[in-house]
Amino acid sequence: MNLFDYIRPTSVSDAIAAWQPGAAYLGGGTNLVDLMKTGALRPGTVIDITRLPGVDRIETLPNGSTRIGTLVRNSDLAHDPDFAMAFPMVAEALASGASGQLRNAATLGGNLLQRTRCAYFQDPHSACNRRFPGAGCDARNGDSDNHAILGWSDACTATNPSDLCVPLMALDAVVETQGPQGKRDIALADFHHLPGAAPHQETALEPGELILAIRLPANATASRHNSRYLKVRERTSFAFALVSAAAALQLENGRISAACLALGGVAAKPWRVPAAEKLMLGQIPGADLFRRAAEVALEGAVPSGDNGFKIDLARRTAARALALAAAGTPAQMPALPASVFGESAHV
Amino acid sequence: MSETLRFGSSSGQPTTRRDGIAKVTGAATFAADNHPDGLLYAVYVPATIARGTVTHLDVTAAKAHPGVVEVLTPDNCPPLPGGPDTKPFRFSFSFEALQDNTVRYANQPIALVLGETFEAATEGAKLLNPQYNALQPRLGLDGTTPFPTNGDGFGKPGTTVHGDPDAGHAAALQAVDVTYETPAQYHNAMETHAIVADWDGDHVTLDLPNQAIVMSCAAYAHHLGIPAENVTIRSPYLGGGFGSKVIINGPQMLAIMAARMTGRPVKLMLRRDQMFGPTGHRGATRQRLRIGIGADHRMTVLDHDSRATTSSFETFVESAANASQGLYASGALRSTHQGVRIDSGTPGPMRAPGEATGSAALECAMDEMAFEAGIDPLEFRLKNYAEREPGTDKPYSSKALRQCYAQGAERFGWAGRPLAPRQMKDADGLLVGWGMGTALFAAPMFAAQARAVLRPDGTGLVETAASDMGQGAWTALAQIAADSLGLPLDRIEFRSGSSDLPDAGVAGGSAHTASAGGALHAAGTDAIRHLADIATKDPASPLFGTGNAGVIARAGRLHASDDDSRSESFADIIARAGGAEVEGKGNVSRSPEAAEAHAMYSHGAVFAEVKVDPDLFQMRVTRLVGAFAAGRIINPRLAESQLMGGMIWGTSFALHEEAKFDARSGRIMNADFAGYHIPVNADVQGLEVITVHEDDPYVNALGIKGVGEIGITGTVGAIGNAIWHATGTRVRRFPIRIQDLLAGS
Ligand SMILES: Cc1cc2nc3c(=O)[nH]c(=O)nc-3n(C[C@H](O)[C@H](O)[C@H](O)COP(=O)(O)OP(=O)(O)OC[C@H]3O[C@@H](n4cnc5c(N)ncnc54)[C@H](O)[C@@H]3O)c2cc1C
Ligand code: SF4
Repeated sequence: MNLFDYIRPTSVSDAIAAWQPGAAYLGGGTNLVDLMKTGALRPGTVIDITRLPGVDRIETLPNGSTRIGTLVRNSDLAHDPDFAMAFPMVAEALASGASGQLRNAATLGGNLLQRTRCAYFQDPHSACNRRFPGAGCDARNGDSDNHAILGWSDACTATNPSDLCVPLMALDAVVETQGPQGKRDIALADFHHLPGAAPHQETALEPGELILAIRLPANATASRHNSRYLKVRERTSFAFALVSAAAALQLENGRISAACLALGGVAAKPWRVPAAEKLMLGQIPGADLFRRAAEVALEGAVPSGDNGFKIDLARRTAARALALAAAGTPAQMPALPASVFGESAHV
Repeated sequence: MSETLRFGSSSGQPTTRRDGIAKVTGAATFAADNHPDGLLYAVYVPATIARGTVTHLDVTAAKAHPGVVEVLTPDNCPPLPGGPDTKPFRFSFSFEALQDNTVRYANQPIALVLGETFEAATEGAKLLNPQYNALQPRLGLDGTTPFPTNGDGFGKPGTTVHGDPDAGHAAALQAVDVTYETPAQYHNAMETHAIVADWDGDHVTLDLPNQAIVMSCAAYAHHLGIPAENVTIRSPYLGGGFGSKVIINGPQMLAIMAARMTGRPVKLMLRRDQMFGPTGHRGATRQRLRIGIGADHRMTVLDHDSRATTSSFETFVESAANASQGLYASGALRSTHQGVRIDSGTPGPMRAPGEATGSAALECAMDEMAFEAGIDPLEFRLKNYAEREPGTDKPYSSKALRQCYAQGAERFGWAGRPLAPRQMKDADGLLVGWGMGTALFAAPMFAAQARAVLRPDGTGLVETAASDMGQGAWTALAQIAADSLGLPLDRIEFRSGSSDLPDAGVAGGSAHTASAGGALHAAGTDAIRHLADIATKDPASPLFGTGNAGVIARAGRLHASDDDSRSESFADIIARAGGAEVEGKGNVSRSPEAAEAHAMYSHGAVFAEVKVDPDLFQMRVTRLVGAFAAGRIINPRLAESQLMGGMIWGTSFALHEEAKFDARSGRIMNADFAGYHIPVNADVQGLEVITVHEDDPYVNALGIKGVGEIGITGTVGAIGNAIWHATGTRVRRFPIRIQDLLAGS
C-alpha cells in the first residue's frame, strides 16, 4: 500500500478543514479500503469521520421528518424497530445488502457513496472514464451483467450498486451536507449523476463536502402498510442485485391513491419512474396494471452490452414488487428482505 | 494378521476433530503464522496481460521505496538448477520462476519484491509499473485448434473404446446427441497458497501447506539442485487444498529462491486475486454426449467426447469423458479427449478432476435420454445397471449402488415423480422440480509408509507424513492407528504433517485414508506382532505358549484369544523384556495383480429438489439427498461432512462458480469472493447424507474407499435435471443462470 496520512477529527468543521484534493473521508471503510487495496483509489489523506459528534443518531424532527445521521450503521438502522416499522422497505433493502459483518461496519453515508461494482472500475489496469477521465471504457464489450440498461452513455455504462438508495429514492429522501461553502440539502433524486460525457462527476457533492445525514419526509411513512423491496440475484444472499425494485402504494377504497416505484441495478442512479407511478393512480391494483406500469418503467431501456435480459427481468421484478406491496407489508419486524422464496428466506 | 487384532473400537466412532479446538481458537499455526527472525516479506507481481513479453520494470522506483530490500526480475533472478520445466514427479507441471520475460497468462509472476514489511513489498510491487509488448490472448474453448491427447500421463487422458460404437449408434432406436459446457473454475481454499522458506547452508526448511509432503521434498530438491534430504517441509495444518496444494507453483518457488539469494527467511502469501492464475484451476470443457438405446431401453452406445482448455505451455486436460467408463452397461463405450491451448495458467487436479465435469454432462444427458424414452430416470439407470465393469468385464470389488438408489429414492420420496417437466408447484406457486444423478469415483490407493512404536509406559506413538486439509485426517488416521495398536485414542501420540516422517503418499484421489490409514494399520499390527512374540516366548508371561495366532490386542493388553483371562499389559511385557520400545513398520500399496483383478469405485445416488420462481427464475436447491456406498466408514461424522461438502460444491458447480475472462486482456474480472460466487448458507437448505453399508474384501486390507470427492459427482447433474424438471428449460451450460431460464421461457 502507498503511504497516506490518517487523521481522525472530532468535529465536522475540523473534518472539512482537513480535506484537500486527493483526500477521502472514511466511514466503515468496507468500500474505500477495498479499492485502496486493489489500487483503484490512492488517497493521500484518509479522514476518519467515525468520531464526529451528532451524526450517529436516528431522530424524529419537529416537522415529523426522520433524520438519520451518516454514521448510523446499516445493521443498526435495519434493526431499529421504529424505523423498520415506519419505512419497511428501507429496512428490507438494508437487510438484503452485503453480509452481516459488512452491514455492521457500513455507514449510511458510505452506502450512499459506495462506488460502482463495474469490474473495470475496480481494476486499476483497465481503462475507465469514471476513474480516469478520458481513459476510455473497458466495460464496453466486456462482461456486462451488472451494467446499465437505462441512462447510460458511451462514456460509461456502470450502475449504482446500492440497495439502500432504491427505496430512499422512492420515498423522496433528502441528503444533508456540509462543505467548505456551508450546509445544504440535496434531493436524493439529484444526488447521483447519470454518466453523460463526464462519468467521473459521480454525485452532486462539491469537493470536500461531507454527508451529515439523510432525511425522510413526514409523509414517507404513509405507504408503510404497502411497501416492499425486492432484489433479484443468482445467489440467495451476499450478492449484489441483478435488478431490484422498491414499490410503495397507498390504497384508498380499494384504489391506488399514491404510488412510488424505483428500480435498482439498472442505471448509474436509483431509477425513479414517475410515469409508471402516474399510470397507477386511481386504479384498482392487479397483475395487469402492474405489468403495464412495469412496461412504462422500462421504456427507453437499451442493453449496454450482452445484458438485454435485464430489461425483461427488471420489468418482471417491478411488476412483482408492486404486487408484493399491494399484498401488504409483512407483519414480521425487523423486516426480512422480500424474497421469492417466502418468509422462510433467511439472510 | 486379523487374528492378532480386534479392529474397530475407535474406527466407526463419530469422533470430533482432534485439531478442532486448536483451529477454532487460532492456536493452530498455519504456514504463514511462522515468523522466523530476520523475516522478509515477498509479494509477487502478477502480469496484467495474458500473452506477450515484459519490456520494462521500474526497479529503481521500487527499490527507492522505504523498506523495499530486493526486487527479483528475470535480469537478476538466479537460475533454477533443475529448471522450471522438468518433471521430477508425477504431478509436476512447468511453472514460472522468472527465467525469462515472456508472459503466458494473466497473473503470471513477472517479478518478486522483498520488503521489511508486507506493506513496503506491496507498494514496491505497484511501483514496478510493468510495460509490455502485448499480443492478443487466445481464450475459450475455440481459442485455438484442438489437439487430441493420447493417454500418456497425468492430465493427458486418451481414447478408450469398448465394443463397436458405430454399430451401437446404428443399432439405436432412440438417441440423444447433446453438448454441455462447463466453465473454468478456480480452487479457492480458505487458506491461500503460502510459504515461509528458511535456508541454513544448503538445507532449506519450508513451512508450506502441502498435500504430498514427502514427494514434494524430492521435487523441490530437484528444482533447487540439492539432495532431497536437504528439504524439510512442515505442513501441520492446511486451510483446504482441493488438489491445488499437490502442485508446485511458481510463486512458492520464487520465495525459496529469494530466501537463498538474500540469506534471509522469506514469507509469501498469495492475495485472493492471485489465486486466479499460477496455482491451477479446473479447465473449461465442452462435452458432446451421444447415447443410443434399443427397444428394451438398454443402451447400445455411450459416446462421450470432451474438449478442455489447457495452457499454451503445459498439458492438463480434464479427463471428463472418462466419467462414462465404469458406470453404465452399454453395448459400446467410447471416451475421447481433446485439449485446447489457451493463454491461461495451467489447469490441474481440482476436487474430483475429470469426474466433476464429466459427471455433470453425463448425468444430464442420461436424463435427456430417459425423457426421450419416456421412462423414469432412475428406472433408466437401473435398466442399464452394470453388474461387472462395462468394457473390461471385471468384477467390482464391491458395489452397493443398487442400495444407494433404493435408500436415496426412499428417503427423498422419489416415487410418483411425474415424467414430464413443469408439473409440480408448491403452495406459493413456485415451480418444483426433481432430478437425480449417479455418483461415481474411483477408489485408488497410493504407496504409503508408517511407523508405530509401543512405549515402555504402554502408550503408543505413530508417525506418517499425512496432510490434514480440514477433512479430518488427523482424526480418522489416529483412529485407525489406535485400533491397530489395541489402544484407546487418548493413549497414542499421533505425529503427522512433516517430511521427516514416513511417506504417507498424496492426500488426493480420495485415497488418503486408505493409503496412509493402511500404512498405519500395517505398522501397528507389526508392532503388536513383535510384542506378541516377546510375550508368548517369555515363560514369565501369562501368555507364554499361546503363540502369535492366538493373541488379541485390546485396551493396552494382550489377551489369549482362546482364554480371555490370560492377559498381560503392554507395559508389563515391555518392562520384563528390558524396557525397550517395540517398533512396527508399515509399507502398503496396491499390487498390480489386485488392481487388475477388480474394478474399484465408490458409488452413490443424489436426488435434488429445486424451486424456481415462474417469473423471475430465481432458483434454489431446497433438498439434496445423497446416498453413498464407500466401503468401511472410519468416522461417520467426518465422512458425512466430506460428502456434504462435496454436494455443496456440486451446488456451487451447478449454480454459481464461473471465472469470467476478459476477452481482450485475458484477465479474470471476477477474481475475488464478491465476484466469484460459491454458495452461502442460505443457498444450502435440506441436505442429507446416507452412508450405505458396504464390505469390500478386495479394495485394501481395511476395506476403505474414499469419500472426499464423490459428493460433487452426481450432484451437479441432479440439480441441472431438477431445474429442467421444474421449468421445462434444458440449460446445457454451467452454472445455470437466471438469464438462461429467461431465454428459455
Ligand atoms: C463483498 C461485498 C458485498 C456487498 N454487497 C452489497 C449489496 O448487496 N448491496 C449493497 O447495497 N451494498 C453492498 N456492499 C457495499 C456496502 O454496502 C458498502 O461497502 C458500504 O455501504 C459502504 O459503507 P462504508 O461506511 O463502509 O463506506 P466507506 O468504504 O467508508 O466509504 C465509501 C465511500 O463513501 C465516502 N464517504 C463515506 N462517508 C461519507 C460521508 N459522510 N461524507 C462524504 N463521503 C463519505 C468515502 O470517502 C468513500 O468514497 C457490499 C460490499 C462488499 C465488500
Ligand atoms: S462502465 Fe463506467 S465504471 Fe465501468 S469501466 Fe466504463 S467508465 Fe469505468
